Amino acid sequence: MTPAGSPLGYAIIASLLQVVLVALGGPLLMGLMAKVRARAEGRVGAPIRQPLRDLRKLMGKEGLRAHHSSVVLAVAPLVVLGSTTLAVAISPLVTTHPLLSASADLFVIVYLLLTGSVAMALAGLDTGTAFGGMGSSRAITIGALAEPALLVAVIALSIQARTSNLPAIVADTITHPVWSSTPTRLLALVALVIVVIAETGRLPVDNPNTHLELTMIHEAMTLEYAGSDLGLVTLGAAMRLGLLFALLMNLFVPWGVATGHTMLALPAAVMFLTLKASLLAVVVSLIEVHSAKLRLFRIPELLAGGFVLAVLAVITQLVAR
Amino acid sequence: MVLFLAGLGFFVLGLVAATVLSIERRVVVASLGGSLGCLLIFISASQVLLSGRTTSFHSSLVLPLSGIDLTLDPLAALFVAMTSFVGVATLVYYVGYARGELRTRTALSLMLLFLTALLCVPVASSAVTLMFSWELMALSSMLLIVVEQRRHADARVAAQWYGAMTQLGAASILLGLLLLSLKGGQTFGDIRSHVSLMSPTLRSFAFVLTLIGFASKAGAVPFHVWLPKAHPEAPSPVSALMSSAMVAMGVYGIVRVGSDLLGGGTLWWWIVVVALGVVSALFGALHAVTSVDLKRLLAYSTIDILGLVLIGVGCSGALSATGHPGDARLTLIGALLLVVAHAAFKGCLFLGAGSVERATGSRSLEQLGGLIRRIPITTALFGVGAVSIVAVPAFSGFTSEWLLLQGLLHGFVDQSSPTLIVLLVGVIALALTGGLTAVAFVKAIGVGFLGQARSTGAASAHEVPRMMQLGMGILCVPCVVLGVAPGLVIPLVSRAAQVGSTSVKARSVETGVGLTLSHVRGAIEPMLLLAGFMVFVALISGAKSLLRRPARTVEAWRGGGDRPSARMQYTATSYAEPLQRVFADVLRPEIDVEVTHAVESHYYEQSLSYESRVDDAVERLAYQPVIRTLTRVGLAARRLQNGSVHRYLAFGFIALLIVLVVLA
Amino acid sequence: MPGTRFRGSLQLRHVDVGSCNGCEVEIASAFAPTYDAARFGARLVASPRHADGLLVTGVVTRNMAGALVRTLEALPRPAVIVACGDCAVNGGIFRDAYGVAGTLDSFVGVDVRIRGCPPHPQAITQALRSLTGR
Repeated sequence: MTPAGSPLGYAIIASLLQVVLVALGGPLLMGLMAKVRARAEGRVGAPIRQPLRDLRKLMGKEGLRAHHSSVVLAVAPLVVLGSTTLAVAISPLVTTHPLLSASADLFVIVYLLLTGSVAMALAGLDTGTAFGGMGSSRAITIGALAEPALLVAVIALSIQARTSNLPAIVADTITHPVWSSTPTRLLALVALVIVVIAETGRLPVDNPNTHLELTMIHEAMTLEYAGSDLGLVTLGAAMRLGLLFALLMNLFVPWGVATGHTMLALPAAVMFLTLKASLLAVVVSLIEVHSAKLRLFRIPELLAGGFVLAVLAVITQLVAR
Repeated sequence: MVLFLAGLGFFVLGLVAATVLSIERRVVVASLGGSLGCLLIFISASQVLLSGRTTSFHSSLVLPLSGIDLTLDPLAALFVAMTSFVGVATLVYYVGYARGELRTRTALSLMLLFLTALLCVPVASSAVTLMFSWELMALSSMLLIVVEQRRHADARVAAQWYGAMTQLGAASILLGLLLLSLKGGQTFGDIRSHVSLMSPTLRSFAFVLTLIGFASKAGAVPFHVWLPKAHPEAPSPVSALMSSAMVAMGVYGIVRVGSDLLGGGTLWWWIVVVALGVVSALFGALHAVTSVDLKRLLAYSTIDILGLVLIGVGCSGALSATGHPGDARLTLIGALLLVVAHAAFKGCLFLGAGSVERATGSRSLEQLGGLIRRIPITTALFGVGAVSIVAVPAFSGFTSEWLLLQGLLHGFVDQSSPTLIVLLVGVIALALTGGLTAVAFVKAIGVGFLGQARSTGAASAHEVPRMMQLGMGILCVPCVVLGVAPGLVIPLVSRAAQVGSTSVKARSVETGVGLTLSHVRGAIEPMLLLAGFMVFVALISGAKSLLRRPARTVEAWRGGGDRPSARMQYTATSYAEPLQRVFADVLRPEIDVEVTHAVESHYYEQSLSYESRVDDAVERLAYQPVIRTLTRVGLAARRLQNGSVHRYLAFGFIALLIVLVVLA
Repeated sequence: MPGTRFRGSLQLRHVDVGSCNGCEVEIASAFAPTYDAARFGARLVASPRHADGLLVTGVVTRNMAGALVRTLEALPRPAVIVACGDCAVNGGIFRDAYGVAGTLDSFVGVDVRIRGCPPHPQAITQALRSLTGR
């Protein structure tokens, strides 16, 4: 349900726009990051649209089902993609009035993403192979350790804005630009960047380009998927990255997000969002180039650091009042 | 109240049936009697919750001297309604589950007695009635644990632990209630009117004493040691009742005595409650992650969730004590909703664990695997419970945890005192346990039900009887309803959360399609979220089926190796190993590595054994030394008793002398 | 022509069925900055499930024959088989050696052959481009 006075048609169009934007933009962001990395390594690299080409090809291939696998393996990609798409549709990406914006609670988004992670972790265990179990165990461990940092950072933001509603926080930040430079926001920002890096499986937490099963985290869970199923899983991961990058930017630099109900503001909002997300992608990618993957048992220390920053964000907010 | 008493009447009929009927018929008839009783009691409790009218009953016929006092007020009615609902489900399940010893007169009557006691605890409105039903509950459940002792050798030890802990707890509660009754009158009405005459110190004493007893029942660390022993060893319907209804009585007791009888008390009481909750939540969640025994995992997760409830209750008390009754009530609504949600999903999960044990002969995750293909219905029902506890949106766990978080958030916004630290610690614990719970249940489902069978028992599992599935199914209903349409239940829970001060209005929770909070803005519309999710999934799968690419079935990919073996899979232990390592300081795992070298050369190994155990560190460090000391004292005292009559006469003579000297 | 099927996106699973590791060095060079085969849309992946085909090096040894068959089975169709280096193409100098189970041809139909012992990275890149069509 949209807030009073908000036209339903606008909300539907805006939400569809967001879904299409992230479905195309997520893979393109991945392509962009690969491109930046290639350039930094002195290569030309694959074109930015390479991930989209890969997806188009995967959708045309047959799927494979392992013996001993169950309905979980088949359903998990749908759950991953479905929950991510729902999160994308209701989040304030190009507008603060998407569909169901009243329900776009921070906790809802966090737990929708958790639902996708749980589905993926179960799929990793479903075929009963060693690598799937290993990836699943590692991914869910990192997810579990990133969760507290994420939740506490989210609470810091909610206390500041006196609401846990995501569109409201973004809208209020536009009207109170000072918020973006408060210590609370900055501490929460660093905490969230760490969480986003962990949740999207980027260096130094996970290496998306690895070919060695023993160093894999996310990819080890998907080793069993082929063809269109793999396409859905890959698209889900890309959209998750797109969503998290876009949300992170909108929470801290919300300018450009459409706050009214006029369709005319949407194209500009799309442009701003694309710019902001691309900027973040380039920065993250440059960080990646210059960092080595952490040993698995050093990752908790990084995430604990993020957690402490998030707690500090809450404390500064409480003290500063 | 008439309906409630009529319900108890059906329990008596059930008891009679259990004792007189033949073994073929008694299970069904007794369970039917109990279920009808539960149904009537559920209706009477719902009436109270819907109307908000309190009813009472007094009879001097039942107990000598004091008589019994029963009062069905909204708070009691919530716990009664919850217990009777779980009661019906477990009794239905029991019909399919009962075998061997569970079909005996003893087991059946104990089961009905246990349920009766559980239903009477929240309605008891005098110290004597409460203690009577409390003890009945404790003793009947203790005996139920040992009903199957011939097959479960550990059951006896578990019952000893449980008996000792529950009796110590009951003694503590009794002392507390005695203190409260000192000023005259042991009915709750008397206590309420006299409590203002008591000195603050005395009140604090009474609260702490009752808190110890109730917290021990609610599985709060460090009084939890009985729980991970007793819950797994009890027959599964009993575990379900213990874990969903009995532990909730601990929470009920704390709210009843602290907020109602003592009228809220001071801030530090509630800080203690929050501290207990935080420690329990983290300890329980971590042990649930590392547990290998399915029922033990569930037991530790009970400690975890009840810890979260205690955080809610404690924060609510703290907010109320610092003058924010509206926020306090909102937090209490969240906590009570979590109790109700927990009763449904944990009951369902424990019944599911029982079905798994019945189907495979084992409840160790290391012996399971691949059950989703052998027992799909049980797996699906267990899955509903699991997604609820993991707090997937649109399931009961999410709604209640969301409301609890919102209550704490309200506190953050309104507060400006040291209470903030309490709230902060509570929120941190909530955040930390969320992810850990997800790991524990992904492990339970992924290792237990997916993959390949790890034992012949799991490979040849057969679906359990319909009645057992039905019992689980009944408990799945609230898991979904509370999640999708919380608006139906919130007004009732809100009425129950109106303890102590009846004039206070909670921060408004508007219930439409979902829940809307206006003070600190926040809303969820689970039904619409679910609809949105369904639409997207339908669109995606529709688009995928348009591609017309049927999937081919092949061997699982094992890096090119052959001879697939179930032993190549990740085990429950290895799945949790990363987290076990990260939290090694808290869990203190014991790891034994034993290497046998080859005879020919020291550089080759003949065999290697690795064993890792995660014992309860609290039990090892706090309880075992006490038990060892007591055992030593006991052994020393045995020397006094050598069977010689002369020596005993001498003891008597000496004692008499001492008495005379002291009196003189 | 296979190139039209993959339209700028080709993922290959590399299988060494008995190579002397000369070809591996050259494959690594083909993906290194100088030749950078990745810019044409080719990529090596970790699982045959994710792949559009196999990049096979070496003559098929008895020890690896089973693994090769299982890897072929694990490929989603349509799939291409690329034989990289003389050993994979016709057995090379190891053709009649002890422990050799046969040439790649005797196990599976080969779509693309890259000659050379070892093949030049340019030849490898060329072959991959013929598949991606870029």
